[in-house]
Amino acid sequence: MNMPFYVAPEQIMKDRADYARKGIARGKSLVALTYRDGILLCAENVSNTLRKISEIYDRIAFAGVGKYNEFDQLRIAGVRHADLKGYAYSRQDVDARSLANQYAQILGQIFTHEMKPMEVEILVAEIAGEPGSEQLFHILYDGTVNDESRCSVLGGEADAISERLANLYEPGLEVAPALRVAAAALAGPERSLGADDLEVAILDRTLGRRCFRRLEMAEIAELLPDALPTSADQPAAEAAE
Amino acid sequence: MSLPPRRTLPLFGIGEDPGPSFAGLLAATSPAGGAPATGQAEIPGVSHATTTVALRHCDGVLMAGDRRATAGNLISHRSIEKVFPAGRYAGVAIAGAAGPSMEMVRLFQLQLEHYEKVEGQPLSLDGQANQLSQMVRANLTSALQGLVVVPLFAGWDQRRRRGRLFQYDVTGGRYEEQDYAAAGSGSLHAGTVVKLGFRPDLEPTEAADLAISALFQAADEDAATGGPDLVRGIFPVVVNIDSDGYRRLEDSHIEERFRSLLASLEVAADAPDAGRSAGDAS
Repeated sequence: MNMPFYVAPEQIMKDRADYARKGIARGKSLVALTYRDGILLCAENVSNTLRKISEIYDRIAFAGVGKYNEFDQLRIAGVRHADLKGYAYSRQDVDARSLANQYAQILGQIFTHEMKPMEVEILVAEIAGEPGSEQLFHILYDGTVNDESRCSVLGGEADAISERLANLYEPGLEVAPALRVAAAALAGPERSLGADDLEVAILDRTLGRRCFRRLEMAEIAELLPDALPTSADQPAAEAAE
Repeated sequence: MSLPPRRTLPLFGIGEDPGPSFAGLLAATSPAGGAPATGQAEIPGVSHATTTVALRHCDGVLMAGDRRATAGNLISHRSIEKVFPAGRYAGVAIAGAAGPSMEMVRLFQLQLEHYEKVEGQPLSLDGQANQLSQMVRANLTSALQGLVVVPLFAGWDQRRRRGRLFQYDVTGGRYEEQDYAAAGSGSLHAGTVVKLGFRPDLEPTEAADLAISALFQAADEDAATGGPDLVRGIFPVVVNIDSDGYRRLEDSHIEERFRSLLASLEVAADAPDAGRSAGDAS
């Protein structure tokens, strides 16, 4: 009788974590930061249709990086969970903490019991009535939850981006400077990101019941004035080479 | 109606996924809902909401509904609302049994929002009207027990760039109207007033005045329709829907329009030939 090879549990977990991390690192990163009116979420995303950031509920947004089909499945499950809960109880009973716990359960379960871990990192962001009450739940591929209060960075280059963000960020920024900080942190010193490289959405507490709003390309371009010529220059620079 | 859904994250296999339908999601996660089959011909003591009107004007559509709910010969509520937003660019007005109507509106609003979030784009106006049609049809067995729900649906069609309105019957039949529609117990009188005053080029303010006059005349003839309540400060709900979306008119504005309508009616009644013109609204 053939005995299966013995593999230490530490090794299994490490292999799975490496696999998930590699998958996540292949994609582009995402930044969320609090600003004067709420939370700004900014992702490097060239696609205008396959979204990384979306609305979950009145005051809750979702963002994911990694494998699109996997985090999109989680996004839809989150929308369903929130809408069902709001329907059964009341709209004010839907909160990010409970949703983040649900996500953590699912991701943890899949990480330990399934063949393949999910190659995703997700963020559940929530704003409340007054400034300073923002919540950012950052959930990793293995179900680890981090509760962050000011900024959060998701993706393969998170460490480098976090460092840049820490240098640029200050609390209480307006939306335009907040977006510039996010774009600069994502881009790094060597390159610059324009409106067509970014996907941006805000949770704005001044918007009424549904606080989530996606910024259109033209609006992003307007808020990022110095980024515009760079992205327009790029084709010319390529042509010159 | 249904038990709270299970608290775990709703994940489905490929075959069981309800897609962007909230009703499908509810059915998949909680025990069967719907009104209990009592076997009784009519359920007594149910509140009914009454007259609503909708009409097109040059910028979009306008909807209005009175504030009274009745249970038999008694007034059960003086200030219920019958006109609700449905998404950013549409409104739904309900007439019929108050409880099932409110529940239908709640589910309808939720369905539109759920679809928009899951799919990433809002449902078209035709799609919304069709959804409501299916919800009215699903209520047919309750309607046979007297729990009739007859909505009006109106909105700004962003693809065709104009206001549109739809009328329904209890079987879920959906009829698009070109100019105006009325539903509820006072709909005959309200509809006639709108019919006589309607022009396709009405300004939004003129349309609001016409709707206010229609509700006033309906309340004058129909006991189940509430007129303006100047003592308690309760006035019909009037909403305007145009390319900027759904907007409810201020109560103070509606009060002012009612007072000017009443003043014009008083002048007509005081005229020397009052005997003939007393019932003339114009």
